[in-house]
Amino acid sequence: MTNDNIVIKVQQQDFDLGAEMNKLHQNNVDDGATATFCGRVRNNNLEQDVIGLYLEHYPQMTEKQLLQIAQQAKSKWHLGRVCIIHRIGMLNVGEQIVFVGVTSKHRQSAFMACEFIMDFLKVKATFWKKEVHANGQKLWLDAKQSDQNKANSW
Amino acid sequence: MINVLFFASLREQLGSEKLELSSDGITDVQSLLSALTKLHPNYNNAFNQSILVAVNQEMSTREQTLKPGDEVAFFPPVTGG
Repeated sequence: MTNDNIVIKVQQQDFDLGAEMNKLHQNNVDDGATATFCGRVRNNNLEQDVIGLYLEHYPQMTEKQLLQIAQQAKSKWHLGRVCIIHRIGMLNVGEQIVFVGVTSKHRQSAFMACEFIMDFLKVKATFWKKEVHANGQKLWLDAKQSDQNKANSW
Repeated sequence: MINVLFFASLREQLGSEKLELSSDGITDVQSLLSALTKLHPNYNNAFNQSILVAVNQEMSTREQTLKPGDEVAFFPPVTGG
């Protein structure tokens, strides 16, 4: 989904951080700042050894919500390009889950918009994580109040 | 007809990811829930207050009115990112 310098991708396959940075910069000399965030699968959560994550989503609704979040960020700050990529399916420890990249003329807007997008993605976008533990147990994760509080703080 | 979708832990708990229900007598999300639990008594405990609802892919409430052809999705709070 590409719209008004906004790129939204929900996909199973991995993404290349360098390539995504290059796309944010290609033919874009208006902006001097690029802020990015990448979230990866870590090997531990709540004192459990984690070996993987299964990511489920609500097709179409998720993409619409991510687009809305990107548009909100663009209405709050003067931004150039916004890219949000989120993976779905089975992911192993160390794999990339999510990428947010934002460009703007100066760093402040890019930093803030990047954080804003992640904070709202966490509480609004229809993704669900199921953790796979080293002992074979599988567990749907609960939403965290701290994530809601962080989004509410904007 | 109303198209009903379930996601994540709710989908697993119900053992169903989607179903179609006649829209007869269904006026809002709450009445859809009543119809669902009448059809499937084992659904009764699944729809606790933490379960969220989206109507036509927009976040919604149990008071939202429904019309034939609507897509209604139920799911737990989201945990992406």
